Amino acid sequence: MQRIGVFVCHCGTNIAATVDVKAVAEALSHEPGVVISQEYQYMCSEAGQNLVKDAIKEYNLTGVVVCSCSPRMHENTFRKAAASAGLNPYLVEIANIREQCSWIHKDIATATEKAVILGKAAIAKVHLNTPLTAGESPVAKRALVIGGGIAGIQTALDIAEAGFEVDIVEKEATIGGKMAQIDKTFPTLDCAACILTPKMVEALQNEKITIHSYSEVSAVKGFVGNFTATIKKKRRFVDETKCTGCGLCTEACPMKKVPNAFNLGLNNRSAIYIPFAQAVPKVATIDPNYCLKLRKGDVNDKVCGKCAEACTAGAINYHQQDEYIEQKYGAIVVATGFNPINLDKYDEFAYNQCPDVVTSLELERLMNAAGPNGGTLLRPSDKTHPHKIVFVQCVGSRCDDSKGKPYCSKICCMYTAKHAMLIREKYPDTEVYVFYIDVRTPGKNFDEFYRRAVEQYNVHYIKGMVGKVTPKADGTIDVQASDLLSNEQLHIDADMVVLATAIEPDKTARPLATMLTTQMDTNDFFTEAHAKLRPVESATAGIFLSGACQGPKDIPETVAQASAAASKAIGLLVKDSITCNPCVAHSNELMCNGCSACEKVCPYGAITYQDKEFRMPDRTTAIRRVANVNPAVCQGCGACTVACPSGAMDLNGFSNSQIMAEVDAICK
Amino acid sequence: MQVNENKEFQPLIVAFCCNWCSYAGADLSGTNRLNYPTNVKIIRVPCSCRVNPMFILRAFQKGADGVILCGCHPGDCHYTSGNYFTRRRMTLLFSMLDFLGIERDRTRVEWVSAAEGAKFAATMNEFTEAVKKLGPNRRLEDLRCRKQ
Amino acid sequence: MQEAIISKAKQLLADGTVNRVIGWKKGEFAYDITPAIFESAEEIDADFVYDDFTSANVSKYLVKESKKEGKILAFLKPCDTYSLNQLIKEHRVNRENIYVVGISGDGKLDAEKIKAKGITGITGVKKDGDTLKINTVYGEETMPVAEAMSNKCLSCKSKKHVIYDELIGEDGEVIESDRFDMVEKLENMTSQERYDFWRNELSKCIRCNACRNVCPACTCENCVFDNPDSAVQNKAAADSFEENMFHIIRAFHVAGRCTDCGECSRVCPQNIPLHLLNRKFIKDINSLYGEYQAGADTISKAPLNDYTQDDCEASIVHERGVE
Repeated sequence: MQRIGVFVCHCGTNIAATVDVKAVAEALSHEPGVVISQEYQYMCSEAGQNLVKDAIKEYNLTGVVVCSCSPRMHENTFRKAAASAGLNPYLVEIANIREQCSWIHKDIATATEKAVILGKAAIAKVHLNTPLTAGESPVAKRALVIGGGIAGIQTALDIAEAGFEVDIVEKEATIGGKMAQIDKTFPTLDCAACILTPKMVEALQNEKITIHSYSEVSAVKGFVGNFTATIKKKRRFVDETKCTGCGLCTEACPMKKVPNAFNLGLNNRSAIYIPFAQAVPKVATIDPNYCLKLRKGDVNDKVCGKCAEACTAGAINYHQQDEYIEQKYGAIVVATGFNPINLDKYDEFAYNQCPDVVTSLELERLMNAAGPNGGTLLRPSDKTHPHKIVFVQCVGSRCDDSKGKPYCSKICCMYTAKHAMLIREKYPDTEVYVFYIDVRTPGKNFDEFYRRAVEQYNVHYIKGMVGKVTPKADGTIDVQASDLLSNEQLHIDADMVVLATAIEPDKTARPLATMLTTQMDTNDFFTEAHAKLRPVESATAGIFLSGACQGPKDIPETVAQASAAASKAIGLLVKDSITCNPCVAHSNELMCNGCSACEKVCPYGAITYQDKEFRMPDRTTAIRRVANVNPAVCQGCGACTVACPSGAMDLNGFSNSQIMAEVDAICK
Repeated sequence: MQVNENKEFQPLIVAFCCNWCSYAGADLSGTNRLNYPTNVKIIRVPCSCRVNPMFILRAFQKGADGVILCGCHPGDCHYTSGNYFTRRRMTLLFSMLDFLGIERDRTRVEWVSAAEGAKFAATMNEFTEAVKKLGPNRRLEDLRCRKQ
Repeated sequence: MQEAIISKAKQLLADGTVNRVIGWKKGEFAYDITPAIFESAEEIDADFVYDDFTSANVSKYLVKESKKEGKILAFLKPCDTYSLNQLIKEHRVNRENIYVVGISGDGKLDAEKIKAKGITGITGVKKDGDTLKINTVYGEETMPVAEAMSNKCLSCKSKKHVIYDELIGEDGEVIESDRFDMVEKLENMTSQERYDFWRNELSKCIRCNACRNVCPACTCENCVFDNPDSAVQNKAAADSFEENMFHIIRAFHVAGRCTDCGECSRVCPQNIPLHLLNRKFIKDINSLYGEYQAGADTISKAPLNDYTQDDCEASIVHERGVE
C-alpha cells in the first residue's frame, strides 16, 4: 500500500495569490494513497524541507509529491531532502503549479482547479515510481585534445600540468596552427613565434603529452569518462622516431615546385618538407602528390629516391602505411580552430585575378621574417615595394547574403590596425587606407591601440565599403569605394589590397561533431552547453570546447578558453568514477524480439544484443536475441521505447505506465 | 467540478513537452507571465521522441479534445536526433488519424525552444482556439470515459 | 505446379537437405487450404496441396520453425519472399535453418467471391483460360477468373523473388500496380466521409485477432495488447475507440515493416479492408521519405528508424489535406 505525502507550496504569494493552496491540499488529500497533504509558505526553505523530511519519517512515506515551482528549479532540492530522510530520491514528483499555473492564469477558481489536476497527475505518476539507484562508471585518466593550435597546446599543457596524460591529435605535419603563421600579435606587437614556439617545445618535452601530428581522429565511441578514440596516423613516408629534422632530404629533393602551404602558396617548397624551422615535431614529411617516386604509383620503381640517399638516419620509408591507434580517454577537448573563408565568390575584390590582392593571413606571411620575402613587404606580382595599400574590412563577415557569414569575425578590426601600424612604422612612405563598416575594439588596450593607428600613425580610416577592385594594365589596382561620412565616391590607385577575410570553423569540425554527437550551430561552430554559464562544455558530457571552434576569438581569449576547458576536463579526470543518470532505458528480455529497431534509433550506441537461452512455455529451451542497454551510455531520451513495437523497451522515471497514468489523471 | 459557468465549450488540451526545450519554454512563458488558457495541461517527457502514439490515442480515449506535442527545434535536440524521429512518427500518425476521418486540428507538433516563452503561450492560445472551434472530440473517444 | 513442388519437397527430404517441409494441406473445405508441416514423403503424398486456393503466406511460421533442429523447406511465392526477407532483417528467423524454394504465385482465388455469386458447395476449381470452372456438389458452374481473383493478387506489386535458394520456374519482375488507388480515393473524400467509411468498417471488428496472428510483421514475443503492463491491454474491443486504437496501433507498429502481403485483409472474417491502413502508411512513406519497399532487402534502414534533417514537418498533413 502506497503512503504518499503531498506538499503544496505558497511560494510567498507567487502561487498563493492565484491558486487557493488550502483547497488544493484539501482536494489532494482525498486522492488514493495520500496519507498527508500539507501546505506551507516556502517549501524550498529549510523549514519547508524539514516538513517533508519529518513527514517521510513520521508517516513512513513511500512517495512524495511537491506542488511548487518548475521541477527544473527545485526537483533536485526535494530529491536531496527525501534522500536525507531515507526515501529514495526518485520517489519524488513535482507538480509545476507556479510557472505552468499560478503565473499564467488570473482566475483563482480555474487556476485552483488546474493545480488540483496537475497534483493528481503527479500523484498518479508517483504511485508507479520505482526506487532508482544511480550507477557509477569509471573515468579513464587520459584526455584527448583534437587540434594542435594554440588552443589545443594550452589545454594540453594545463591538463598535463595537473598530472594527467594528454594526447594531441593534429592533422598538419606540425602543431602550432594559425598562430604559427602570424607575424606579430596585437595589442602588444610582440612576435607570435617568440611566444608560441616555446609553448610548442614545452608540449613536446612534457612527458605527459603525446603529440600525434599528421594524424586525425577517425572514430570515437563511448561516453563521458570512457571514450575510445581511433587515431589515424597518416603515412608521412618518414619514420618519426629516426628523423632528426636535419633537413638534408629537403635540399636533396629535386621536386622544388610545390606550393608552400605554410606560406599559403606564396612561395614554393620541396616535395619532402619540414613546414617551418621551429616545427614540432621537427620531422620531414613527403607530400605524395608531388614526390616523383610516390606519384609514379610503384614505389619499387627506380625513380628518384634522392631523399632516401641523402638521409643519414635512414628514416625515409616509401612503403610506410597509415597506422591506427586505439586509446581510451576520460575527456575529449575539441580545438579544431578556424580558417579564412574561400573567396571564390568575391569577384568584386579580384582576389583570384590579381596576385597583389591578398588576404590578411597572406599579408602576415609576406611581412614575416621567415616568410617568402624574408620579412620585406613586397608585392607578390613584381616584388616591388608597395606605396599605397588599401585594407578592406568585413570581407564575408556580417553578410546577410548566402556568400558570406552572418557573424562578425571579431579579430579583423584589431589585426588590420596592427598591420596598418606595422607598415607605417617600417615603411613611412607607404600610405595606408582602411575601409570599414564599424571599427570594433572592445578589449583591454584595444581601443587605445586602434587610436594609435589613426592618431600616431596617420592611417586613413574611411567609413565605407569597397565596391570594386580592378587590376589595371600599369600594375596598379583601382579601388572604387564610397566614403559614407563625406558621402563621396572614391577611386584609389593602390599597389596592394588586403582583404580582412571572414573566418569560419575548420571543415573537419562538422564530421567530428557527428562523431562526438555534439551540437553545432548553423555556422558550424560548436554549441556550448549553456551560452553564459557553461561556455567551454558541449552539451554532450565529457566533451569540452577550446578556442575558435566555438566562435571567433583572438589569442588571449583563445588561451583563456583553452585553460578553462582544461580545468573542466581536469575536474572530470580527477574523479575515479562518475555518477550516471538512473533515468535510462531498459529492456524486458522476455518481451524483446531482438529486432534491432531500438539500436537503429539510439544516438549513443548504448544498445547491444546478445543471444540468450530461454525456457519456452512448452518446456523446451530456445536461444533468442535480446537487447541490452548500457546504463552508463544511455542518456535517457526514450527514442528506443517508441521504436520498440513489443513494448519491451521502457524508460526509468518516464515509463509507459507512468506517462499513461498522467494522461489518465489529466483526462479523468 | 464544472470548468466554466457559462457553458461555453472548454476543450481539454494535453501538451507533451520535452524537458530541455519546450518544458523550459513553458516555464519561461510563466516567468514572463504570458497567459494561456487553463485548458492546457502539460506532461513532461525527456524528449519529444519519448511520446508514443499510444499516449496520444489514450489521451483522446480518456476525453482529451486536442493533443499537442512540443519539442526542441530540429537540429537542437538535446539528444541530437530525437525530434527527427518524432517528426516522422507524428507526421505518419497524424496522417493516419486524418485518413480515419479524425479532425486534423486536434493534433499538432510545434517546436518551441527554451527561449521561446512567447511562442509557447501564443501556440497554446491558438491551438486551444482551434480545438474549441471543433467542439468536443466525438470521433475518437471512449464513451465510458465521457463526463456525465 | 503441385507435382513439381511435391517432387522437389520429396527430393530435398530424401537427400537430407531438409528434415521438414512447410507446405499446405486441405482444410474442411476444398477452398480452405491451411499451412502444414510435413516430415516424410508419405505425409506429403497423403496431404500436400498447392492449388489456386493456396494463398497462405508461410513465412511467419518460420519464426518458430527455424529455431528448431535441422533445416526446414519453405515454398514461397514472390510476395511471401518479401515477408521472409523482412524477418531476416529483424533477426526474427534463423536463415541457416531455412531452405527457400521460390514458386510462382499465378494469382490466387477468393472463395468468398465465388460464394458471393451464389455458387455454393464448392468441391474444386479449374482455370480454363479466362473462365473458371467450378465443381460443386450441385454440378459445374462457371465465372470469369478475374472476378474470382483475390484482392491481394489483383493488386500484385511484384512477381520477383527477393530471396531464395532455388526457384521452380522462371523469376518475374517488380510490376506496376494500382494498389494505392483505393487509398487515394479515400484521401479525396471529405473528413466526414472518411470517418463514416471507417466507422462502418471498423465497427464490424470482433477482435478475433486473426489479422494480427497472420501478419508476418506482427511477430512480437508478447503483443502490447496482450501485455497487462502496457496499459493498453485489451482482449475485446469494448467500444468504437478500442477498435480504432487496436487497428491504428497495429498499423503503426508495422509501418515501414509491412511488405503489403495482404494477409490481414484476406483472413479477416468480417472482410474489413485492413490492408488500406497499411497501404496508407506505405503511400505516405513513399511520397514523403522516398520509395521504400519493406523486405526488398535486408540492410536498408526502416523509414521510421531513420530521418533526414530536411524531412517535412507534421503540418504537411494539414497542408495537403482535403476538408
